[in-house]
Amino acid sequence: MTSNLIVYLIAIPLFSSAVLLLSGRKANKWGHLLGTLASASSFGIGAYLFTQMLAQPTEERAMTQKLFSWISVGSFNVDASLLLDQLSVCFVLLITGVGTLIHIYSISYMSHDMDRRRFFAYLNLFIAAMLLLVLGDSYLNLYVGWEGVGLASYLLIGFWNQKPTYATAAKKAFVMNRVGDLGLSLAIMIAFASMGTVSFAGIEEAAPKASTTTLTAIGIMLLIAAAGKSAQFPLQAWLGDAMAGPTPVSALIHAATMVTAGVYLITRSNFIFDAAPTAQLLVVIVGAITLLFGAIVGTAKDDIKKALAASTMSQIGYMILATGLGPVGYAFAIMHLLTHGFFKAGMFLGAGSVMHGMNDEVNMRKYGALRKFMPITFITFGLGYLAIIGVPPFAGFYSKDMIIETALNAGGIKGILLGSAALFGAGLTAFYMTRVMILTFTGTKRWDDDAHPHESPILMWLPMAILAIGSVASGFLFTRGDALVHWLEPVVAPHEHGEHSELLPPIVVSGLALTMVLIGISIAVMMYVRRPVENVAPENVSTLTRIVRQDLLQDAANEAIFMRPGQSLTKTLIAVDEKVIDGAVHGVGAMALGSGSGLRKTQTGYVRSYSALILVGAAAIVLGIWVITQ
Amino acid sequence: MTINWISLTALLPLVGAALLATLPKGAELRAKQFAFGTTLVTAASAIAMAVQFQRDNTDLQFVEVRSWIPSFGINYAVGIDGIALVLILMSVILAPIVILAGWNEAQGGRWSVKTFYILILVLETMMIGVFSATDVFLFYVIFEAMLVPVYFLIGGYGTGERSAAAVKFLLYSLFGGLLMLASIIALYVMSGDQGGHTFDLAKLANLQMSSTTQNFLFLGFFIAFAIKAPLWPFHTWLPDAAQSATPGTSVLLLGVLDKVGTFGMIRYCLTLFPEASKTFTPVIIVLAVISIIYGAILAIGQKDLKRLIAFTSISHFGFITMGIFAMTSQSQSGATLYMFNHGFSTAALFIVGGWMIARRGSSTISDFGGLQRITPVMAWCFFLAGMSSLALPGLSSFVSEFLVLVGTYTRYPVAAIIATVGIILAALYILIPVQRALHGPTTPGNENLTDLNLREKIAIAPVLAAIIALGFYPSPLLNVINPAAVHVNSQLGFTDPVPTVEGK
Repeated sequence: MTSNLIVYLIAIPLFSSAVLLLSGRKANKWGHLLGTLASASSFGIGAYLFTQMLAQPTEERAMTQKLFSWISVGSFNVDASLLLDQLSVCFVLLITGVGTLIHIYSISYMSHDMDRRRFFAYLNLFIAAMLLLVLGDSYLNLYVGWEGVGLASYLLIGFWNQKPTYATAAKKAFVMNRVGDLGLSLAIMIAFASMGTVSFAGIEEAAPKASTTTLTAIGIMLLIAAAGKSAQFPLQAWLGDAMAGPTPVSALIHAATMVTAGVYLITRSNFIFDAAPTAQLLVVIVGAITLLFGAIVGTAKDDIKKALAASTMSQIGYMILATGLGPVGYAFAIMHLLTHGFFKAGMFLGAGSVMHGMNDEVNMRKYGALRKFMPITFITFGLGYLAIIGVPPFAGFYSKDMIIETALNAGGIKGILLGSAALFGAGLTAFYMTRVMILTFTGTKRWDDDAHPHESPILMWLPMAILAIGSVASGFLFTRGDALVHWLEPVVAPHEHGEHSELLPPIVVSGLALTMVLIGISIAVMMYVRRPVENVAPENVSTLTRIVRQDLLQDAANEAIFMRPGQSLTKTLIAVDEKVIDGAVHGVGAMALGSGSGLRKTQTGYVRSYSALILVGAAAIVLGIWVITQ
Repeated sequence: MTINWISLTALLPLVGAALLATLPKGAELRAKQFAFGTTLVTAASAIAMAVQFQRDNTDLQFVEVRSWIPSFGINYAVGIDGIALVLILMSVILAPIVILAGWNEAQGGRWSVKTFYILILVLETMMIGVFSATDVFLFYVIFEAMLVPVYFLIGGYGTGERSAAAVKFLLYSLFGGLLMLASIIALYVMSGDQGGHTFDLAKLANLQMSSTTQNFLFLGFFIAFAIKAPLWPFHTWLPDAAQSATPGTSVLLLGVLDKVGTFGMIRYCLTLFPEASKTFTPVIIVLAVISIIYGAILAIGQKDLKRLIAFTSISHFGFITMGIFAMTSQSQSGATLYMFNHGFSTAALFIVGGWMIARRGSSTISDFGGLQRITPVMAWCFFLAGMSSLALPGLSSFVSEFLVLVGTYTRYPVAAIIATVGIILAALYILIPVQRALHGPTTPGNENLTDLNLREKIAIAPVLAAIIALGFYPSPLLNVINPAAVHVNSQLGFTDPVPTVEGK
């Protein structure tokens, strides 16, 4: 049975990770090779399983492998069980394929780092956890992978955590992701309480009988989970800071795979969202806001990695938007996810290549004219650029165009709003990506004297080249004969007939999108080619620009709403604990013993405030009891 | 000849303590080795007992009844179910680990090293006894007697204001114990009116009493257990005690002794006073939820590592209490599994934290910095222990925490939703000290810290291995706990809420 092989997809990188972590310095010589080999083996198995699936008739392609009974208490039964179907195999190939390329790239990129072995251990841990995320056959199995990738992401963002800001960035990512995990936890609880199961198959079967309220609640909780992991509004603030991690990590985790897990979660839960219109509406709203938010933030970033991170956020916004558009949207979301996996990973690796040649400088204002010094990087990055802005026939054109078209055709005012957002986003994308291209590769050199830009070695440029090929060809391949749409049909489309009426014919939509792209490019050219670029960011800029530079005040908002009130709550409660609760105990003790006059003196001053607080506390408890027994 | 496994296991450390007392003064190394060996033999005996345990049998097993004080109807009566077995296993496994991990922590105490280990061994006997007693008087005696070794362990071998902390611990516990004693005497008197004086738990459970009486007697037991567990607002002794005690004592105190509180809620409160338990459930659930959130928020704000761990435990005990009183299969099994897992993750935190503190000579978190570079193995162990405390999926504590939450949700959704916020707070209270102590540049005073030695690695390895292994495969424990947990709920007439829609 081929399904017996599924577990090895995960087990091999997991085992390799453990070996690399537990072995001592002696393993430094071959640790990176073992890590790369483990990832490549997973890819090999994944590819073999994919060919096996292709050989089967459509309805027999999905396969499960039950490993053992994981948690079984009363009616709560969860098996450790893996599901490889048309949807998860797409992710398996993306994760292990792009993952292996990035392992290869990292051999060279991290060759001077004293902790390269540990780096590869974390990468393998990530691969294993991400595969578990997409292969688990229940929400609880998914949850293990979900937090597993969060852990790997935390470890890798903080890989150079001797630098305090990097350590803070890692912590921020973990905590914000936990807010999302709260949503996932609650979704699982609601599902179990209402449907008695947490497996995908079980919930899919029970969902039609469940109330809309229940499904909406589950849907909203899943959306919170997706927003946390995929850096969607309002849980987006961690992604920019996550660029503290080594660049291959940004390419693999914070561009191609982990951050797209939210798209996977919603697509996998199509049976819930399709029956919960309110939740679906929230999904498209979150997607639309984020795609514009990310794109706007991207226009003002001088740090090449942060510009790409803002772009990732925006592109995932497109995917989330698509998943909220119902059965027609899922396949396009996945298609954009896959093409994005190629071109964005490729561009991040390109950014790493540039940094490699520029003393780890990330400020694009200190680049310029690098095309002459790094021709391969320029070409591969350029192909990714053409793909992301959606120039035909590159990959992004196909996938993004489909999303814009589906959004426009969503019907009524909603369609017009969503379609306009998607179109406007396309223009912004063209602007900020052209800006990145111009600032980095063209114009005059603005770098410091000690920089000696040079092309990266083959281990680095080869993965970039392979990803560039994907950026060129993948969109065409996925759409030929609607290949991907048909492939995914058994998972996501409940054989819906009766298409939506088209607001605009496809050719017009493409025309509009390309017009927006041209406008975006033109503005960028006017601003950064016609005018000289300074090597420090200009200070005399408008308030709006300042706000955009500060990521639309996302950190200020989080600080004002959560951090500062949280800190004062903590301080207050610590004082209450010492002075009121413990104080009351001491006071009672002192009175009972009739001694400790010194103690009593310090305490009596608080008596009135104790009694007031005890009253408030008692009232709160009564209220709590009332709420809980309702 | 049948072997009385419980008595045998409980006696081993006591005999060991007696033999230890005969060792000459100054033979410190031999005292340590002997104590360590004794705990290993005890653990082997308990494991041999566990192997024979029939997991699907919900009756008490390994029952032994001997007349003790016949004129008062007091028996030496012991027996265990799945819940007690799991807690005994946790205790006897942690004992040798604590001794090995804190090999030198008895030095610098008020009394000799030998006395330290005598106290530990005596305490171990009582731990086994307290979980297996089925005579209420026997339980009470051990419950109170346990205070003595702990008092001396904190007051004699601790640090800082150890005497004050020990006295606070003692007074708090005595107060609770007195309330419980009053309830026990009332039960005893009533049993005399209803067919003969007895302290037998099963017989007392069948007593007829008015609901007012039941409520008062319930509170006598419950407050004693809520102080021990500890539940908000009876918790303020714990941070002081944990801050002053040696790490090993803290492990036994928070990991094992505090479980007597939550174990007592199941064994005594629910069994003896089913109606009153139901009456007070809403109040208790609210207190539990407050403990979860309050403990977590206070943990976030702590500057002292030991106090921080103590407050995380207050949050965790909130989860356990909530699970017990939500009374669904998942929450009840989850609560017992939580007790076991919390024992291990708190042990890991205190043990590794203790090593860090001993090396640095300070327990203030901000005194550390950049340990990941200086002492990578120790830093990793602390990190993993922290991940267990924040219930990372894949580690054992996740299974129990999620079971408690999902089980509670089916009956008290609002409580479960608020409690789930605790997982965000947990990320903060772990990652803040992790960042301060392990990450960043190496700060002055930390440059010369040494990494774990072989003994320390051997001590911590089984704890961390158990945390990982039971996260992926909790069945060996759940199979033992489930029948007992279902039995507890069904005795109270509780069955699980049925889902509104039948899935597969």
